[in-house]
Amino acid sequence: MQDRPGNPSVAPPAAEVAVEIAGLHKWYGDFHVLRDINLKVARGERIVICGPSGGGKSTLLRCINRLEDWQRGRIVVDGVELTDDPKRILAVRRDVGMVFQQFNLFPHLTVLENCTLAPIWVRHMPKRDAEALAMNYLARVKIPEQADKYPARLSGGQQQRVAIARALCMNPNIMLFDEPTSALDPEMVKEVLDTMVELANDGITMLVVSHEMGFARQVADRVILMDDGQIVEINGPKNFFDHPQHERTRSFLRQIIH
Amino acid sequence: MSAIGDQGYLRALPAEPLSPPPARSGMFGWLRVNLFSSPANVALTLLCLLFIALVVLPLVRFFLIDAVWSGTDRDACLASAAQPHPGACWAFVRVWFSYFIYGFYPLGERWRVDLFFLALAFGVVWLSWLSAPRRAIGAVYFFVVLPVLSFVLLHGAPPIGLKIVSTSLWGGVLVTIVVATIGIVVSLPLGILLALGRRSELPVVKLVAVGFIEFVRGVPVITVLFMASVMLPLFVPERLAPDKLVRALIGVALFASAYMAEVVRGGLAAIPRGQYEAARALGLTYWPMMGLVVLPQALRVTLPNIVNTFIGLFKDTTLVFVVGIFDFLRTIEAARADPAWAAPNIAVTGYVFAALFYFACCYGMSRYARSVETRLARAGRQ
Repeated sequence: MQDRPGNPSVAPPAAEVAVEIAGLHKWYGDFHVLRDINLKVARGERIVICGPSGGGKSTLLRCINRLEDWQRGRIVVDGVELTDDPKRILAVRRDVGMVFQQFNLFPHLTVLENCTLAPIWVRHMPKRDAEALAMNYLARVKIPEQADKYPARLSGGQQQRVAIARALCMNPNIMLFDEPTSALDPEMVKEVLDTMVELANDGITMLVVSHEMGFARQVADRVILMDDGQIVEINGPKNFFDHPQHERTRSFLRQIIH
Repeated sequence: MSAIGDQGYLRALPAEPLSPPPARSGMFGWLRVNLFSSPANVALTLLCLLFIALVVLPLVRFFLIDAVWSGTDRDACLASAAQPHPGACWAFVRVWFSYFIYGFYPLGERWRVDLFFLALAFGVVWLSWLSAPRRAIGAVYFFVVLPVLSFVLLHGAPPIGLKIVSTSLWGGVLVTIVVATIGIVVSLPLGILLALGRRSELPVVKLVAVGFIEFVRGVPVITVLFMASVMLPLFVPERLAPDKLVRALIGVALFASAYMAEVVRGGLAAIPRGQYEAARALGLTYWPMMGLVVLPQALRVTLPNIVNTFIGLFKDTTLVFVVGIFDFLRTIEAARADPAWAAPNIAVTGYVFAALFYFACCYGMSRYARSVETRLARAGRQ
């Protein structure tokens, strides 16, 4: 957390770019959800995206692993440009883990099976190795004792930690978090955020859509405000919170921090 | 209690368990609570007793007490001085029993049919007993070994000394079981494929699936059978035209598939979009995503409907008689026309026997589905 780029507008060197988004536009029918998005994320960088709902935050995140497609612009993830080519899409998805607001665990599989599914069927890992790997990550999110339970038996916070472990089992270089704590009861938010902070300290590239401003202050290298499908402000967390440049950032911060 | 003052309450003496109030337990308690708890309930209870006396007792009398159990022809079941009101003629069923099971299957070869029944029952038990060992091998046995074995046994294989038995000689329960089993075994996978096709993003696949489903669902099953049996030979040279039974099998299987497709589609629609997204985000491609994540959940949700479709299909097999195939019901029809057994109570007896057979099979399927549902619910898998 100490080596934050001093000037956020300075582009990182090309080889160190994890995600590059250039001139991205997306429409849902006539509705222009993403308008000219340009963003370079350095390897190991932690980015928090916030902003009013409907501003396009989640849509932008979901473009990065091509859960959504777009009409104009380009996205390059770890040197692979996303096109309609299914091979490229798969290559990117194997490299990018995602955690959803609603957890989206597979309810018919145990916690352990949730975690081993992709390593076994996508990475073709032997079952025994996949289970060892999964147990390792379940221990890291501090719920190894729940491995044989079904997700419905777990609390929301535990489910979200399983979801994080499930994504980590693919050994991704980049993690996307789409409002990971918004569906949680207040007392469970902390356990998930603690897990994410630990992850951030390990140096994985993270893009987090969240309104947890404490988390953003503590972990983020850069904080982004999105509104009306545009990036309104990109800034280091200290500047973002203490000296917001844009009027919309100021009004947004006024609304969520009393 | 006042000794404790206003500090609260402490129990000084243990409370011994008491037996429950008399009216709520025991036989009379049960009767009062369940049958005579209110005037309306008393009236309903009395009505039911009246119904039992007027309808159920005469039925029991006809089918059991006054029934004729043995005999060699109609004389045994006709009214006479010894039995002025003869009941059901079970003697008729006994005499014709093997015809009901095998149809005209040659007498000396009927052990082959018995062996087929045994092999099928073995496979069904292996697959439907959820904690059975090696169910994967069971599935291979059921879906690969059994069809080949059944064909060799029933149709025959001259090289190993099994005479060929033309399907025109097959009949009775044998035909009903063969048609129903093939219908069930083919319709589930084909129905799943059609349902996936209907939800596909590929326009041609979608068009074919929708066209097939809507066309087959839009016509009566009898029409499908007639088409299968009359039109199929038009498209292939006569020499290659499939056997009459095979044509009916294709008709039944296609018809059942279209219905199964709609049932499965209902299950697929119940799976939240997040499940697809999570699977895709993990890098799963279409078939693993469907096979490992979506279908296991969809089929579980829709299990009662699937079994319902199986039950409907099982009863629909009786319609193959329209293309001249002697299924179980048709063999009863044929037997009751036998002049040697011309008696007023023959038809009733035959149809009740058929009803008992179909009921036993359908109720068995229904109970099995219930037990699987309970088991799944208990496993906490929702």
